[in-house]
Amino acid sequence: MRVHKNLIGIALATTAMTFSLAGGALANDDLQGLISDSKNWAIQTGDYANTRYSKLNKITADNVKNLQVAWTFSTGVLRGHEGGPLIVGDVMYVHAPYPNTVFALDLNNDGKILWKYEPKQDANVIPIMCCDTVNRGVAYGDGKIFLYQADTTLVALDAKTGKPVWSVKNAEASDGSKGESGTSAPMVVKDKVIVGISGGEFGVRGALTAYDMKDGKQAWRAWSMGSDKETLIDPEKTTQLGKPVGKDSGTNTWEGDQWKTGGGTTWGWYSYDPKLNLIYYGTGNPSTWNPSQRPGDNKWSMTIMARDADTGMAKWLYQMTPHDEWDYDGINEMILADGIEVGGKPRDVLVHFDRNGFAYTMDRATGELLVAKKYDPAVNWATEVDMDKDSKTYGRPKVVDKYSTQAQGEDVNTTGICPAALGTKDQQPAAYSPKTKLFYVPTNHVCMDYEPYKVSYTAGQPYVGATLSMYPAPNSHGGMGNFIAWDAAKGEIVWSKPEQFSVWSGALATDGDVVFYGTLEGYLKAVDKDGKELYKFKTPSGIIGNVTTYEHKGKQYVAVLSGVGGWAGIGLAAGLTKPNEGLGAVGGYAALSDYTALGGQLTVFAVPE
Amino acid sequence: MPIRMTLLAVTAGLALVAGLGSAYADDKAAAAVASDENGKYADKDGNPTFKIKEDGTVDWYTYSGFRRFNSDCFVCHGADGAGSSFAPALADSLKTMSYADFLSTVAEGRKNLKNGNDKVMPAFGNNKNVYCYMDDLYVYLRARAVGDLPRGRPAKHEDKPPAAKEAEASCMGG
Repeated sequence: MRVHKNLIGIALATTAMTFSLAGGALANDDLQGLISDSKNWAIQTGDYANTRYSKLNKITADNVKNLQVAWTFSTGVLRGHEGGPLIVGDVMYVHAPYPNTVFALDLNNDGKILWKYEPKQDANVIPIMCCDTVNRGVAYGDGKIFLYQADTTLVALDAKTGKPVWSVKNAEASDGSKGESGTSAPMVVKDKVIVGISGGEFGVRGALTAYDMKDGKQAWRAWSMGSDKETLIDPEKTTQLGKPVGKDSGTNTWEGDQWKTGGGTTWGWYSYDPKLNLIYYGTGNPSTWNPSQRPGDNKWSMTIMARDADTGMAKWLYQMTPHDEWDYDGINEMILADGIEVGGKPRDVLVHFDRNGFAYTMDRATGELLVAKKYDPAVNWATEVDMDKDSKTYGRPKVVDKYSTQAQGEDVNTTGICPAALGTKDQQPAAYSPKTKLFYVPTNHVCMDYEPYKVSYTAGQPYVGATLSMYPAPNSHGGMGNFIAWDAAKGEIVWSKPEQFSVWSGALATDGDVVFYGTLEGYLKAVDKDGKELYKFKTPSGIIGNVTTYEHKGKQYVAVLSGVGGWAGIGLAAGLTKPNEGLGAVGGYAALSDYTALGGQLTVFAVPE
Repeated sequence: MPIRMTLLAVTAGLALVAGLGSAYADDKAAAAVASDENGKYADKDGNPTFKIKEDGTVDWYTYSGFRRFNSDCFVCHGADGAGSSFAPALADSLKTMSYADFLSTVAEGRKNLKNGNDKVMPAFGNNKNVYCYMDDLYVYLRARAVGDLPRGRPAKHEDKPPAAKEAEASCMGG
């Protein structure tokens, strides 16, 4: 087939990669300093560990009830606003979804616009962004702002002037003709900028790519599937659950050439452990959504990856959902927490709340699986993850046939699967407080019917192959979300606060003993460490952005982007099917469009003097 | 690939008419079944239409359209054509959209570039998963728009006609 030949060409052309040596880390020291100073919010994820925890404590559980809007700013864009602003010194950097406008605002001058940048992009990238034209924010490093555009252009802007310094195209095509797009936030590590790629619903083969921060030269690229050379896997040294993965794992777990349109995109968040020099991230669903069409484990889709920051070489991998049958992308953030006591022993761990409804606690140096437990009791597609080290299926989920769209087969509507394809949580990042040692997690409480059917691949066209309908989790509180506190050592929910809609906003935990999150109706909410609501304010549009905090001239502020959209805007704007199912404590289910409308706005809060 | 050629010919021929902006309105009476060719129904003008029996049984094409829509189309247009935060509710749009307009829009796509809310629908003219089921999609959405077809999966449907099987095999395989 012509299409496949083209893809082989692409694969060969991009295998040439250079391995740069460790060094040139000065710029990173500077960034590390900015991140450590809680007055800033210098990285989308709050810190390299992705904790979204701030040491600021002027806003407290006692005074948060007095929170007021300090100032607001419209982005002029009406699509879904994910991510959040960066604050570096006296300047705030605000981004928007397509057309990916970036504003630098002067905090010393009531948010006066210092500069504005708006790239020119081919509008044909809009329709290939499967779930709205979202963008999860810019990165800062080396005096530059890094913007990863919808068309996959990575551009470095002078942070002082907004003038482009260099730019590079990450994908093969920037007009959408291959289905590739950019939605994720870049991460600056040492002298490199790390970017991923979106397009799992278009048969895009995922990769994580590192570019030299100085000039945009490609340093390494790690494909999610392909030959060991392409995936940067050492068959002897790279391990899964302590064992070497063996030769060609990225091709021999697929039938024929299917790995070339295999998905495993990398559109989530990335974290970094400077001591181990490892980057952590997850890969997305294998393409298509019809499992019968792609036999095998489909490695390394649905995988937690630990890679050397300098070379991209994989240290360890763990595939959570081999041979996905439900679209449970593994891209959610990896939160790095130290001294978590598992089995009476303090461990430096990675905690990951997967779309598949299991929360994983792993030793982040070795990839040893310590805990894997459901973080929503509704999860039913698997009974548990096999934790028996001597078992042949160690580390694999025990799939329930009734909910297996592979076992039920093509053209059969498998019903009542929990969670829905949205996952128990999507990309909206959780927060971790080292003070309470708890994780605060925004979740979805939605189930689905899923009917796979045969599809054919066309470059740049949707490659889905399943009919879905989604509805609130039956026999529960009737709402479609929960905001929960999670103990990652025990694998237990500590408390769970029901929400009428999915919680699609990134959380924030602070030393002031307050936890913040946003809701799809548009509320910014503050709760205490026990989940008691202390404050809420309705912003102009639904919140799918992440809450951030910073300090300026001695005052602590909380900031969040409103702007309903994204996956949430598709599934929920007009209401889900079965609207009468599971009515209960939270109140009847109704369409989100009865609560909020489009609009991109930043709202900044403070406690008055 | 006969089906596709016919489709493009139809869309090319009728796109001009569509462009003139003549107000079109569909309703239940206009969509009434006037003929039946091997389980595929047509209205008095010969355009594909749905058939919903008293007990809720729908024709095969309506059912098939439901399945196809809630896969490739719902990721923008919302479940059951109910719309999303960035794409129109087709269960409403089809009240004022002719068969010819529908075909040309799906085949060629559409751009609506407004500052701050750029909307672009891709061209599906070369996507077999869509164009092999164009009539199915139309019939389903027409039933949603003017035929009182409720949201969700139709509980009962007529068997897949042999003609549908043959058309699918030749279109998807060709």
